[in-house]
Amino acid sequence: MKSFNGKVLFLDRSDINTDEIIPARYLTEITKEALTPYLLEDLELAGFDAKRDIAPAGAVMTRANFGCGSSREHAPWAFEMNAMNIVIGESFARIFKQNMFNCGMMAVELAPAVIDDLMARFSGRETELSTDLATGVFRFTAGDESLEVPFEISEFDRALVEAGGWVGYADTHY
Amino acid sequence: MGKTIAEKIFESHLVDNPSGDIQVIRLDSVFCHEITTPVAITDLQARGMDRVFDPSKIKAVIDHVTPAKDSKTAMQGKIVREWALRHGIIDFFDIGDNGVCHALFPEKGFVRPGYTIIMGDSHTCTHGAFGAFAAGVGTTDLEVGILKGVCAFHAPQTMKVVITGELVPGVYAKDVILDVIGRLGVNGATNRVIEFTGPVVDAMSMESRMTLCNMAIEAGGTCGICAPDMTTVDYLWPFIQDEFKTKEAALEAYSTFAADVDAEYTDELVVDVAGLVPMATFGYKPDQVKPVAELSGERVDQVYIGSCTNGRIEDLRVAAAVLEGKHVHPSVRGVLSPATPTIYKMALKEGLIEIFMDAGFCVTNPTCGACLGMSNGVLAEGEVCASTTNRNFNGRMGKGGMVHLMSPASAAATALTGVITNSHIFTGEA
Repeated sequence: MKSFNGKVLFLDRSDINTDEIIPARYLTEITKEALTPYLLEDLELAGFDAKRDIAPAGAVMTRANFGCGSSREHAPWAFEMNAMNIVIGESFARIFKQNMFNCGMMAVELAPAVIDDLMARFSGRETELSTDLATGVFRFTAGDESLEVPFEISEFDRALVEAGGWVGYADTHY
Repeated sequence: MGKTIAEKIFESHLVDNPSGDIQVIRLDSVFCHEITTPVAITDLQARGMDRVFDPSKIKAVIDHVTPAKDSKTAMQGKIVREWALRHGIIDFFDIGDNGVCHALFPEKGFVRPGYTIIMGDSHTCTHGAFGAFAAGVGTTDLEVGILKGVCAFHAPQTMKVVITGELVPGVYAKDVILDVIGRLGVNGATNRVIEFTGPVVDAMSMESRMTLCNMAIEAGGTCGICAPDMTTVDYLWPFIQDEFKTKEAALEAYSTFAADVDAEYTDELVVDVAGLVPMATFGYKPDQVKPVAELSGERVDQVYIGSCTNGRIEDLRVAAAVLEGKHVHPSVRGVLSPATPTIYKMALKEGLIEIFMDAGFCVTNPTCGACLGMSNGVLAEGEVCASTTNRNFNGRMGKGGMVHLMSPASAAATALTGVITNSHIFTGEA
């Protein structure tokens, strides 16, 4: 099972599409590894600097409709290759969310008010996420401030995470 | 309680209900192209599972970058080509026979009412125009589809979009769907199927219905669906005439997938198009939509007519009618990409290609290329394109480029003037 812990990258915008996550000009690559340097290259977000912000991060927090647009699984792969296996947001585009769990990664929804609160408390600060999948609790820590937030994922999504993705699951079930 | 079209299709294809509302369904077809399939192929090989569930149910095409533009795209084509050969995938379309997947596969008769289809391409929702459930998926879903012939979805929830009134001349399916997306927003249909219904849809050709369903994903929809009717049967007749004695018999069989009168919908949107005018996008999201008239005068550098949204024969006819006997503005590059070889040949026979070329358009081979900024018409930084495609995301057609989505009529008129223009000044309509 993948790790769902690490520094949090705050992307405080809705409707971030998969063209921004990984532009089509890199879809000619046939290995996941080759996507590593291009993650979020075309993201339009004030204060965001891909070179500075991506490398240390292990998790993403964002707003609504993350991953809309193209079905390209290159988007989850680009996160995966940068050791970012979890995106937390208000909502996700269907295909992106499915692709994340299909890769044994997580796309977890929290209520907008909870995201508001977390953004207000932690955005702009060096924040660490630790995920307890068994109990369904996120712990956010920055300096001496720490906050626990419960989360839910479906039984099926949990099974995919535990199986390391949909290929492993489907191969044993169908 | 009655059922929607998607619920009926799922019920007839259900394989498993692993937990909650997850339904694993049997697939009638898995469509593949050279951008999202190679990684599935190499992963299956690495796992020692280089198999396909049924070669007759897999349809593959090289369409996104064709002919190959460099060594990397050549390799993507090679991987798919060799895989198709290795597994006896007969319906594989390469140079000379290839075209934009969502125009090519319907044209080949591969989509039928009640079918379940996946493809590693978000615009797979197009095929719902035939009363099928067709969804864009990622490479892992595609990989499992290729291997096992199944895919997992949440039980389908459906939103109904009723289109009433009558379209005025000069207003097309593209204007309707842009207007609908403007009302729904880019995630207004997320996790839902959109059933398009009403007299305007009933009166539409299959081409127009495909334009409508094609952009369901731009509102977040899993699939756009139109109920099968005699228009659907007429389109499919060359492919199904051995299967059914009469068209009426075919329609009766397909009608088993029609929605029940008491089917339950999550939402219903009624759009009266009587007053609808030509529409276009103005920002970087497909729900940022305005009447073309309000954008008139905005300068463009390129006009692109093509794609799975609007590269079909009726689109070319509409654009050619605007362009006939005229020439594009000197500051504009006009690019036409007929979506399939059949469309290209029809356009040649009908004299449309000559009209485009006399007007100063470059006519490319069928390909997705420019729509996603991969080839055959990529924009430079700061450039603006009026395009008949489906996405206006920042940089979509080239880093730093801007895209205004619109109908083929509006795009053609814009090509003539160099600024966003309503086609009625050339045709007297709308």
